[in-house]
Amino acid sequence: MRMLAVAERIIQQIFKDRRTLALMLVAPLLILTLVYFLFQTDQESIARIGETGLTDPMGDQLEEADVDLVSVEPNESLKELLLNEDLDAYFLLEDDLLQVTYNASSTTTIGSVKAQIAGLRQQHFALQVEEVMMKAAESGLIQPDEAPGFLNIEETYEFGSDETTFFDTISPFLIGFFVFFFVFLISGISLLRERTTGTLDRLLATPVKRSDIVFGYLIGYGIFAVIQTIIVVFYSTYILDIQIAGSIWYVLLINSLIAFVALAFGLLLSTFANSELQMVQFIPIVVIPQIFFAGLLPVDSLQEWLQVIAKIMPLYYGGDALKAVMIFGRGIDDILLDLFILFGIAIVFTFINIQALKKYRKI
Amino acid sequence: MHAVEVSGISKSFGKTEVLKDISFSVSKGEIVGLIGPSGSGKTTVVKTIIGMEKADEGKVTVQNQRMPNRLLLNQIGYMAQSDALYMELSAEQQLVFFSKLYGVPKNKRKQRISECMGLVDLEKDLSKKVMIYSGGMKRRLSLALALLHEPDILVLDEPTVGIDPRLRKQIWEKLQLLKEQGGSILVTTHVMDEAERCDRLVLLLEGSVLAVGTPQELKNQFNTDSIESIFLLKKAGESA
Ligand SMILES: Nc1ncnc2c1ncn2[C@@H]1O[C@H](COP(=O)(O)OP(=O)(O)OP(=O)(O)O)[C@@H](O)[C@H]1O
Ligand SMILES: [Mg+2]
Repeated sequence: MRMLAVAERIIQQIFKDRRTLALMLVAPLLILTLVYFLFQTDQESIARIGETGLTDPMGDQLEEADVDLVSVEPNESLKELLLNEDLDAYFLLEDDLLQVTYNASSTTTIGSVKAQIAGLRQQHFALQVEEVMMKAAESGLIQPDEAPGFLNIEETYEFGSDETTFFDTISPFLIGFFVFFFVFLISGISLLRERTTGTLDRLLATPVKRSDIVFGYLIGYGIFAVIQTIIVVFYSTYILDIQIAGSIWYVLLINSLIAFVALAFGLLLSTFANSELQMVQFIPIVVIPQIFFAGLLPVDSLQEWLQVIAKIMPLYYGGDALKAVMIFGRGIDDILLDLFILFGIAIVFTFINIQALKKYRKI
Repeated sequence: MHAVEVSGISKSFGKTEVLKDISFSVSKGEIVGLIGPSGSGKTTVVKTIIGMEKADEGKVTVQNQRMPNRLLLNQIGYMAQSDALYMELSAEQQLVFFSKLYGVPKNKRKQRISECMGLVDLEKDLSKKVMIYSGGMKRRLSLALALLHEPDILVLDEPTVGIDPRLRKQIWEKLQLLKEQGGSILVTTHVMDEAERCDRLVLLLEGSVLAVGTPQELKNQFNTDSIESIFLLKKAGESA
């Protein structure tokens, strides 16, 4: 079997090339770990708010809400105050007017500051209502147990827990992406090198079939891609403790298919590159967009024409299936279509690869 | 019957015509030398014979079958002008790989490998990585790879570049031997004493066949006493 001879040779080459081996097996773990720590902060960044004249209940409520509250004397200009005290916002209460000054550069905390303001508003209102009620009760207008109360709230979490972080929600996609990226790059560059060093010509001067070469590559790199996938998935689950609601086997299956697509895609694009550098130039064109379209951002909320673009990207289907399994705990029925599409894409790319080799030998 | 027959091939890369109506043949038991100055189209002819380039016009037949033909490649041993070797692998891994591609039976593999490596004087370096081979060693390994599957036809593109005189002599003796056993050999060369060893020469100039014949015939035709002076004559004639 010539196909197996090609695959065996590729495996021998990878073992001799320790760097590539490390890049394939260790680099995804390193990056995944880094991203894990980057997004681990599950509390939003704590807002630092300066205040003058807030009432005690207001102060208590803000402290309870994990706001870093400091009392300041408003004897400098607002700008200097924000700057010198390193504030994200400044609250000045005079009678019934709360003057809020935002530090517009603190984009990560503006949301939580606004939420706090809404809270303060309600508190202010509720306290006044309570006061009115007390007076009414005292004067016998209503019975004490008729006083209005707050809505009772009971919270539970589905598809995660209150421990679920942003990282958990993007991790399915991240795992898929890293598998895709490293396999794409390495397989593409290896076929490219075969071409630039002339060994492809040498290979094609033997009675090897073009399909033997392509399948040999798929098998040789496929084995490493699957090993890489297994390592990445197990590392994410058992070391990084990423939640997988569904079966880990589906996760492995989906990622193996993603690797298959990446392999075929990398081999295909290498035909259009004349050097390693040109191969790397494909990354911003074909790899980076997939990050945004295929899972980092919620595709459903994109504009319609952007959604169409998303749907021509292989990783969209990978990310979709991974999300279904890892977050929503779905089974095979719900991911079958995604798997089918991924497989189809890989088959088409493989076929084009075999045709593309005609450029180097006509038969 | 000709082992290799090239009839009327023409080839252009874009607008530049590289081969113009080339015809010649290699018979069984014959060494044909393809000689000509650099850029005259020798490598292109060789690649067209192998089927790596497609002629725009004309045809190439090997053993009476039209090229390109994948299965006929099994009867051709090819050595490219530039060494195309897997640098990370050892010579042995490389030889095993190619013997699988050429379908050398498993039980004959070891024997063929040591025979071919013996011929090019590399038995001791079998387990070395190709990366640490010298230029001449790589060239010799390429030749060993071409001989691996005992092909009837050898197509060698400047096989002895970078090989020292003693080994070159040894390699030519082996080629003579293969020829006597019925092999057909096409070899391109710049080295004039090698040209003298060929049974027939095809003299290529700027993509056209200038002359075909035995070394002696060519010398008579151009009225000189060495092949080398044909080149010099021709160059001088052009510039004049
Ligand atoms: N792929 C190609 N594209 C364009 N031009 C090419 C290509 N391959 C060869 N040529 C041109 O064809 C001509 C003949 O090249 P070829 O390699 O056949 O010469 P050669 O006789 O083998 O030379 P040398 O002795 O230096 O090896 C050259 O002018 C070369 O530039
Ligand atoms: Mg040449």
